[in-house]
Amino acid sequence: MKIAIQREDFDLGAETRAISKNPKIGAVASFVGLVRDVRMSLEHYPGMTESALRKIVDEAASRWQVMDCTVIHRYGDLEPNDQIVMVAVASAHRGDAFQACEFIMDYLKTQAPFWKKEHRAGGATWVEARASDDEAADRWK
Amino acid sequence: MKVTVLFFASLREQLGSPREELELPASVATVGALRDHLRARGGAWDSVFAPNKPVRAAVNQDMVQPAAAIKNGDEVAFFPPVTGG
Repeated sequence: MKIAIQREDFDLGAETRAISKNPKIGAVASFVGLVRDVRMSLEHYPGMTESALRKIVDEAASRWQVMDCTVIHRYGDLEPNDQIVMVAVASAHRGDAFQACEFIMDYLKTQAPFWKKEHRAGGATWVEARASDDEAADRWK
Repeated sequence: MKVTVLFFASLREQLGSPREELELPASVATVGALRDHLRARGGAWDSVFAPNKPVRAAVNQDMVQPAAAIKNGDEVAFFPPVTGG
């Protein structure tokens, strides 16, 4: 299981290949989140971010068969269309891989301490949390 | 009791401070009580920690509810609802 918080971009292909080497793995599901429309900067809580993501991945592994998993989340300054986050889950079968991947993203959205600030012509504003994200995470309870 | 208090994102900006070491009276024994204690400073503190503001908290890097206890040496963080992903 790999969890990385980094400024640098990531390569989804390389990351999924890295968790696909075990011959018992039959499925890798992945998700990539991109910056939409505006420049933004991302702040996080060093230390807590890693442990929060670790807990989310552990929870996923307790619910589904997760043979390997990689979560990478970027911070710092990002441009429209930049990659922000990726989750890739390797499992024997697709059902577990799909569900664990979606679960990790939904929980990351409400539990991992990241904050986005959007930079528009009129100035910078902090992004407000959305109720729909809480609802998405609540589905898994 | 001594704790380290951290502020993130919009809270850090509005309060003008990322962290402080704080000596607390014995009556401030929970995260909720600490929030009220900070709010009583007035000005920006009063507005940031007003009861209708959605402030989240963590103790020793674990997200907690307002009733969570705090003890000597803890790291307590306050921040807005998270918006990553």
